[in-house]
Amino acid sequence: MIGELNAHIPHGPLDRKWTNHKDHSRLVNPNNRRKFEIIVVGSGLAGGAAAATLGELGYRVKCFCYQDSPRRAHSIAAQGGINAAKNYQNDGDSVYRLFYDTIKGGDFRSREANVYRLAEVSGNIIDQCVAQGVPFAREYGGLLANRSFGGAQVSRTFYARGQTGQQLLLGCYSALCRQIAAGTVQMFPQTEMLDVVIVDGHAKGIITRDLRTGKIDNVAGDAVVLATGGYGNVFYLSTNARGCNVTATYRAYKKGALFANPCFTQIHPTCIPHSGDYQSKLTLMSESLRNDGRVWVPKRKEDTSKAPNQIPQSDRDYYLERKYPSFGNLSPRDISSRAAKEVCDEGRGVGPGGRGVYLDFADAIKRLGEQTIRERYGNLFEVYEKITGENAYNVPMRIYPAVHYTMGGLWVDYNLMSNIPGLFVIGEANFSDHGANRLGASALMQGLADGYFVLPYTLPNYLAGQVNRRPSADAPEFKDAEKEVRAKINRLLKTNGKCSLDSIHRELGTLLWDKCGMARNKAGLEEALGKIPALREKFWREVRVPGDGEDFNQSLERAGRVADFLEFAELMCADALTRDESCGAHFREEHQTSEGEALRDDDNFASVFAWEFQGCNGMMTPPKLHREALHFETVHLTQRSYK
Amino acid sequence: MNFRLKVWRQSNAKAEGKLVDYDAPGIPPQASVLEMLDIVNERLVLEGEEPIAFDSDCREGICGTCSMSVNGEAHGPDHPGAACELYMRKFRDGETIVIEPFRVKSFPIVKDLVVDRSALDRIVQAGGFISARAGSAPEANSIPVAKPDADLSMEAAACIGCGACAAACPNASAMLFTAAKVSHLALLPQGEPERIKRVVGMVRAMDAEGFCNCTNTYECEAVCPAEISASFIAKLNREYSRASLKRSAGE
Repeated sequence: MIGELNAHIPHGPLDRKWTNHKDHSRLVNPNNRRKFEIIVVGSGLAGGAAAATLGELGYRVKCFCYQDSPRRAHSIAAQGGINAAKNYQNDGDSVYRLFYDTIKGGDFRSREANVYRLAEVSGNIIDQCVAQGVPFAREYGGLLANRSFGGAQVSRTFYARGQTGQQLLLGCYSALCRQIAAGTVQMFPQTEMLDVVIVDGHAKGIITRDLRTGKIDNVAGDAVVLATGGYGNVFYLSTNARGCNVTATYRAYKKGALFANPCFTQIHPTCIPHSGDYQSKLTLMSESLRNDGRVWVPKRKEDTSKAPNQIPQSDRDYYLERKYPSFGNLSPRDISSRAAKEVCDEGRGVGPGGRGVYLDFADAIKRLGEQTIRERYGNLFEVYEKITGENAYNVPMRIYPAVHYTMGGLWVDYNLMSNIPGLFVIGEANFSDHGANRLGASALMQGLADGYFVLPYTLPNYLAGQVNRRPSADAPEFKDAEKEVRAKINRLLKTNGKCSLDSIHRELGTLLWDKCGMARNKAGLEEALGKIPALREKFWREVRVPGDGEDFNQSLERAGRVADFLEFAELMCADALTRDESCGAHFREEHQTSEGEALRDDDNFASVFAWEFQGCNGMMTPPKLHREALHFETVHLTQRSYK
Repeated sequence: MNFRLKVWRQSNAKAEGKLVDYDAPGIPPQASVLEMLDIVNERLVLEGEEPIAFDSDCREGICGTCSMSVNGEAHGPDHPGAACELYMRKFRDGETIVIEPFRVKSFPIVKDLVVDRSALDRIVQAGGFISARAGSAPEANSIPVAKPDADLSMEAAACIGCGACAAACPNASAMLFTAAKVSHLALLPQGEPERIKRVVGMVRAMDAEGFCNCTNTYECEAVCPAEISASFIAKLNREYSRASLKRSAGE
């Protein structure tokens, strides 16, 4: 059904590709734009920016989000900043360097042309946000301030306190509000997409459910844009918001869209540890704390229950300093995360459940004084105290890695269009720009690049050939999809078993975290692949979803999402098993250097793995693998080095 | 820890609601009030009862989805912070805890603790933006902004849009919310061209949504999880007066 994957990368030298492509893309005449209805699902940085920009251009846009207001999309929680190759610091930055850092950070598993375009438009994003009134941090002279971030030797990160995501999203939301007031965008909050409708091979609509009333609607459009974020919540616990889910992208996958690199999930090393089954999410603590904190665990298992100040220096294992003397506590994210897991696996973890390591400021306080530490990290210590009730000036913090971003997503070509014509995928929901590992401050950049500056050029190129092709929402394809959606809802409501939704989701999360988390191996992945179908079967036999479908029913919303996670998890593990190499965040224990670093296999795996759904009737038919070879015309593939 | 809960249950906007008693035994002190409700809900579901509906999303105090009052205070007694940042160890063991939705006429109850705050979105739609088309923005550093102005603007911009200000106000006024947005944009040179139109439009929308006026009780500031200062309300009043004068002078 699907031939050779064609990414439609434009010809010409790397730095001319985007310009050439824009010059030769088809346009839609302003009088014709209002004849097109564009469906945008998701209202975060990517979806909000796309909806506002397309509305401004004159298209009629329908934008859907599950939150009660588009301003609450999860982009809001991003803290650190947004990268842009402005070179305001005169420190040697350039579009090429941002491109190179991003592609190297992704461990050479992303497309050169896409990443270069991202770097190219990064400066426009900052211009756009400033014009909208985003209050970026400034210097005394009134010009924009920058800070440094991981994976780069230049200072190119723009920020608004520790709330950059919030401020960028509010900028985007205000642009969206302006279009809503102008009548070009119709907003549907608290509405969830439950299926994509394909008519004559093109994505021409969606099936939605109004979460307040339970009403199912068929929505027809000329194109469908998915901007529905990542799937980190497949692990149950992550730094994602509670509502983040894979449903929109997974259901598109079941309709034939390819899912690319699902096993690429990023795990952040410094989060407040999990402390019990009651816990609903994990909270990130800025990585900057590792500048002054020292990471350690007791040398002996027996000491893990002792108070930390009862353990003398000689009985402590400062394992990062021991294993990575040159980087020590500032070792890269993936190394630090895996090292913490290792010592906890050995039974030397601290805190409830033994899943935590100390991040100790005692030496820094002795050296610099408490006041200096308070000035540097006061707000973080407050957050920590609020959540744990512990004063980190007196006792060491406890930290542990947590899932927080997913690089994988639906496969898209250079135009951000999936293999289904008319189905576009932007932001974290697609796979395109971060390869096997995303650099800090690049997620916000990608979301806004896609929404403000890429899709508004590539979507018209598709629409130009689609005049008067929008089907009626009464077409049989809609009726069939609606019937399926209703059947699934009824099945969830009728199961009426004895298990709570959370207990099954937690079980899935624990399994994935153990077998498909920071470190993976063949045996573990095979074990997970054996257990997931059983868990799925248990779900459909024993889950209990109260209430009915014609009402505001939060259990039903979540049940549908967990059902999709239970299928998606199998795809993720299959991808991790098939990718028999280590790269970036995907660490296969079988493939590591003598220093424990990820060992790539460029001869066999310098490609995108894009999976095609083959059916799931209780048991999943193995999905079909399509490969897109990655061609590197400009960069040299090297071993990432942290020495 | 063990608690006795009195939770507002109301099946929909038109139904009559009431406080219903629940036991919440064995709650870990590190759990948030939302996680306590998760635990209670898990039990209710297994017992065949309808779980308590409540709104939340990020659960780290930034998305503004939480909309409950705990023991009579918007977001509960541990200020500043949203309800998701309220931990059970802040309560006495055995305490009776009353949980209600934000009570504002302009926020109709959807179900139990869930309210409809779309009125706040409509206030922003009435002018809470700078019209900047993608593609036409000037180079970012061509608009210098004095650092104190930028910092003050950021303080106002930090509003999470939860509506606690209106819930805490005896007049159910949304002036702190509106003031934060008006001030954020009025303090920046980029906001200048639409300054008059913006404040007039937003204040009109606020009135049309049924929010009342400020009488300086400062309850809004006391409960605001983002610590937005009530002095921005004075700024809103100045902006509005300035706009009225300029308009009457025909400018």
